[in-house]
Amino acid sequence: MNILEFTFLIWIGSFIAGFLGALTGLGGGIVIVPMLTLMFAVDIRYAIGASLVSVIATSSGAAAAYVKEGFSNIRIGMFLEIATTIGALFGAYLVARISTDLIAIIFGIVLLISAYLSSRQRKKSEIVIEPDSLADRLKMNGSYPTPNGLQHYDVRNVPQGFGLMFIAGTLSGLLGIGSGAAKVLAMDQVMRIPFKVSTTTSNFMIGVTAAASAGVFLSRGYIDPGLAMPVMLGVLSGSLIGAKVLVKARTRWLRLVFGFVILVLAIEMIFKGLKGIF
Amino acid sequence: MKKWTDEKIEIIMGNLLRIGVILAAAIVFIGGVFYLFKFGLQQPHYAIFKGEPAEYRTLSGIVHQAFSFHRRGIIQLGLLLLIATPIARVLFSIIAFFLERDYVYILVTSIVFCLLMFSLVFGRF
Repeated sequence: MNILEFTFLIWIGSFIAGFLGALTGLGGGIVIVPMLTLMFAVDIRYAIGASLVSVIATSSGAAAAYVKEGFSNIRIGMFLEIATTIGALFGAYLVARISTDLIAIIFGIVLLISAYLSSRQRKKSEIVIEPDSLADRLKMNGSYPTPNGLQHYDVRNVPQGFGLMFIAGTLSGLLGIGSGAAKVLAMDQVMRIPFKVSTTTSNFMIGVTAAASAGVFLSRGYIDPGLAMPVMLGVLSGSLIGAKVLVKARTRWLRLVFGFVILVLAIEMIFKGLKGIF
Repeated sequence: MKKWTDEKIEIIMGNLLRIGVILAAAIVFIGGVFYLFKFGLQQPHYAIFKGEPAEYRTLSGIVHQAFSFHRRGIIQLGLLLLIATPIARVLFSIIAFFLERDYVYILVTSIVFCLLMFSLVFGRF
């Protein structure tokens, strides 16, 4: 296989990943590293570098559309960014320090958790928690548009959310993923921020978090232009088209298929990691 | 001048990001086409990790390579621009919070900005 064929196949694979990622809301970034390492025998460090670049592209590309809806809360996002960027720097630092097999195993475990979370129905917790006074002082409480006018919301559990964001950032830097699912989980479930606000704010945060580790990857030589080029262009075009053709009716079926793909990739990553193939 | 509101700032920043991504993707695409014309028939070499050479790892190196019309340098410049878009957004937020006289968030956003610059400049820590 020469570079022309290699580039074309990776572009196709990345396009499909971005397309399905946008349709299912799971993001395309999470399948890029398994695809590159398992199907194209790319070293996991090059794969992480290319994947991370594509994550920035989709996050920034989608931002303009999200902003118009008026849901995202820039103060919440910016405050939590302190935790995710520190985490991302730590994660990127770890990549050079731990074995590639261990990275693959951690990747597999994170994939398993993502597949589980995507299959589960989101449910509202009944436990009542007082609004956090820290959120008040940091002016995080806000409002968002609903069919019945502006709806006010209070933010809870700011320190816990901050801590979870550090973990989300570390995973992003270590694995080259956006870790949007972890960010939404922290905001929606722990901080009790409305789901729509959580997802759009998370999208904004993903780009900044990824940029933090991208600087480290670039200086360490993990970002290869020849490999990152088809991945970035593929995921970006796939996710933009995916967001346009988003049809509600088939999402459930697609989520199941994509969840199954993630499950298979997870098992293979863990299995090969344990055998020491990476 | 109209008062700066969060929504207005958000819309400007959303557009800023989109323009950054479109520009970055265009540069990567153009560099990619030239790259494939020259290297398309060679063999890919990603199975063994060697790391990029120094000229594709540093800001000055990438800019120099790109303006010397090296094909991979042009792609790398596009990727660098892409990495810069969220950083530009954070920088713009500092200005926006400054216009709002929101000192707590000037501090918060400056911390994030410093962390991002640290990564880009001292990435090999």
